Amino acid sequence: MITRALLADDRTGRWFLAIVLGLAVIVPILHLAVPETSAFHISTATLALLGKYLCFALLALSLDLVWGYCGILSLGHGAFFALGGYAMGMYLMRQIGSRGVYANPILPDFMVFLNWKELPWYWYGFENAWFAFLMVMAVPGLLAFVFGWFAFRSRVTGVYLSIITQALTYALMLAFFRNDMGFGGNNGLTDFKDILGFPVQANATRAALFAASALALALGYLVARAIVASRLGKVLVSIRDAESRTRFLGYRVEHYKTFIFTVSAIMAGIAGALYVPQVGIINPSEFLPANSIEVVIWVAVGGRGTLAGAALGAVLVNFAKTTFTTGFLAPYWLFALGALFVVVTIWLPKGILGKFNDLWERWRPSPAEKSAPKPEPMPQLAE
Amino acid sequence: MTSLVEADVPPPLTPSLLYLDGVTVSFDGFRALNELSLQIAPGEMRAIIGPNGAGKTTMMDVITGKTRPDTGEVLFDHGVDLTRLDEAAIANLGIGRKFQKPTVFESHTVEDNILLALKGDRRARSVLTARTTTEEARRIDEILETAGLAAQRHRLAGLLSHGQKQWLEIGMLLAQDPKLLLVDEPVAGMTDAETEATAALLRRISAADHSVVVVEHDMAFVRALGVKVTCLHEGSVLAEGAIDTVSENPRVIEVYLGR
Repeated sequence: MITRALLADDRTGRWFLAIVLGLAVIVPILHLAVPETSAFHISTATLALLGKYLCFALLALSLDLVWGYCGILSLGHGAFFALGGYAMGMYLMRQIGSRGVYANPILPDFMVFLNWKELPWYWYGFENAWFAFLMVMAVPGLLAFVFGWFAFRSRVTGVYLSIITQALTYALMLAFFRNDMGFGGNNGLTDFKDILGFPVQANATRAALFAASALALALGYLVARAIVASRLGKVLVSIRDAESRTRFLGYRVEHYKTFIFTVSAIMAGIAGALYVPQVGIINPSEFLPANSIEVVIWVAVGGRGTLAGAALGAVLVNFAKTTFTTGFLAPYWLFALGALFVVVTIWLPKGILGKFNDLWERWRPSPAEKSAPKPEPMPQLAE
Repeated sequence: MTSLVEADVPPPLTPSLLYLDGVTVSFDGFRALNELSLQIAPGEMRAIIGPNGAGKTTMMDVITGKTRPDTGEVLFDHGVDLTRLDEAAIANLGIGRKFQKPTVFESHTVEDNILLALKGDRRARSVLTARTTTEEARRIDEILETAGLAAQRHRLAGLLSHGQKQWLEIGMLLAQDPKLLLVDEPVAGMTDAETEATAALLRRISAADHSVVVVEHDMAFVRALGVKVTCLHEGSVLAEGAIDTVSENPRVIEVYLGR
C-alpha cells in the first residue's frame, strides 16, 4: 500500500521496479531451467556478471542519494561498499572451517600462515550469519555517521569534503593492505565455500544470490524514493541548492546531511556484501580511490538526481567496460571512458535518464503542466 | 567569551525585543562594527540606512548567528544571549532573515518553498514523516494570497521573475512567523509599483505585531515606510530619528546622502 502511494506519480520508478523484479525471476529461470544447448540459456559467467552489475547499480543509487539530492559529492563511497564486502567476507571465511588448506577449524588460512595463535577479537561473532549481516550495515553506517558528524558539523563542504572522502578510502586501503590488520592483507579474503549452508559455487546458490541482489536493488530504490519524496527529501534538495538559506529557516543542516550520508553508506555496504559472494573475493583494491571516482561517472552518465538513472548508468558503463576490456577492443577502454565522460558533460548534462525525461515532457506534456499557467511574465512585473 | 565587565551592565530599562550593546566585530583589523548599540521594540519597524561598508549586513550576520561578535551583548526576547547560538537555533527562536540577493529554493515549487518555511518542528526525525496538515495547507493559501503568488503556486521558484522571487522570500518569512524580521534591501531591482506594494506589505506585517528591521538604500522607499530611521556609519550609529530629522543631519548628508 505504501509502495503504491510512493509510485503513484513515479512513472520511471514503476518501469524500473518492473524491470528489476522481472530480472529477479527470469534470469535465474534462464540459468537453471533452460538447457545449456538453448540459445536462451544464461551461463554461470554471465549470471555472475549480471549480479555484479546489480550490486554496482545499488552502489550508484546510494551515491545518487547523497550527491544528486543533497549535493554531497562523495569520492569515497567505494569505502563503504568495500567495508560491507569485508564483513560478508569475514562471515564466508568462518564458514570454511576445517576445509581450509591448513585445516584449522577456527583460524582462516592466512592467520595460520602468519603464525597467529588465536582469532583477533574483531573476528568474534562473524561465524553467525545474523551478526555478520548486521555488521554489513553497522560498520559502514557507523563510519559514515562518525565521519559525517564531524565533517558536517565543521561545515566542510564542496571540493574539500570530496577530498577528505577520497583520503578516507585511501587511508582504509593502506590499512587493509597491512597483514597485521588481520584482514588477509594484499590477498584479501577468498576461497569461500558456503553461504547459509549452501555451496557458493553451486548454480542454484548463484541464482539465489542474483535474485537477492535484484531484490536489494528494488528495496534500495523504494527506500531512496520514500526519502526523497518525503518532506525531509525536500529539505535535502534545499540544502543542495541553498545551504545557508536552509540554515536560516531553522533546519540543522548537519543533522540532515549526517542522516542521508549514513543511510547511503548502509546501502553501499549491502551492495558490497552481495557483491563479494558473487565474485568470490574481496581485497584492498576495492578501496582504490579510482573505484569511487568511477561510481561518480556512472551516476553522471545515467542522470544525477534521478535514482533509476544512477542504476542505469552503473549497468551501462559496466557493460561497456566488460565489452571494451575483453577481446580486440581491450586497449581502448580508457579512451572510451574518457570519450563517454566528454560526451555526457557536453551533450547530456542531466545524464541519459534526464535527457529522456526532457524529451518525454516535450513530446507529451503531463496534465499538471497543461492546466498550470504558462510561464509568461505577469504584466505588472515586467522588467 | 565576553568580559566580566559587560556582564555587570544592568538590563535595559525599556522592554526591547532586540538589544545590541557595544557590539564590535573586526575582520583582519578592520572594524566592521564599532561599539554598535541598537534597540528594537516589540512590534516596531525600523529602517537602517548608511553607505556601503557601514556595517549593515555585518549587523544582520551578528543577529542571525552567522558572525560572532568580538565583544558586546546581543540579547533577544527577555535576555536570550544570541552570541551563544547558531543560525538554526536563532531562526527557531523567531528571527527571520531575507537576503539582499533573493534566495529561494529554485528547484522547488513556490508552494513547497512556503511549506518548508512554515513554522514547525525542524528535527530530521519529525520532518521525515511529516504530512501537510489542513492547517498548514490553509496557511500556505493565505500566505500565497498575501504575497500575490497564488497563481504561481505550482511553478518552480527558479522560473519566477526577480520581483516575484523577492515576494516569495518575504512570503517565506511570513511562513516562519518570526517575532523579528530582518529584511535586506527588499526593493532592489523592483519597479516603482512593486516598491510601493512591498512597502505596504511590510507595513502590514509590522502592524500584525512583528518587529521588522529593513536595510535599504532607496530613500523613496524608506520615506514610504514612514518609520524611525537609524543611519550607520563605520560600524556605529551616526544618527537616529524620524526620516526628516535624519536626512537633515549635516553628518548624514556628508557621509551618505551626498556631499
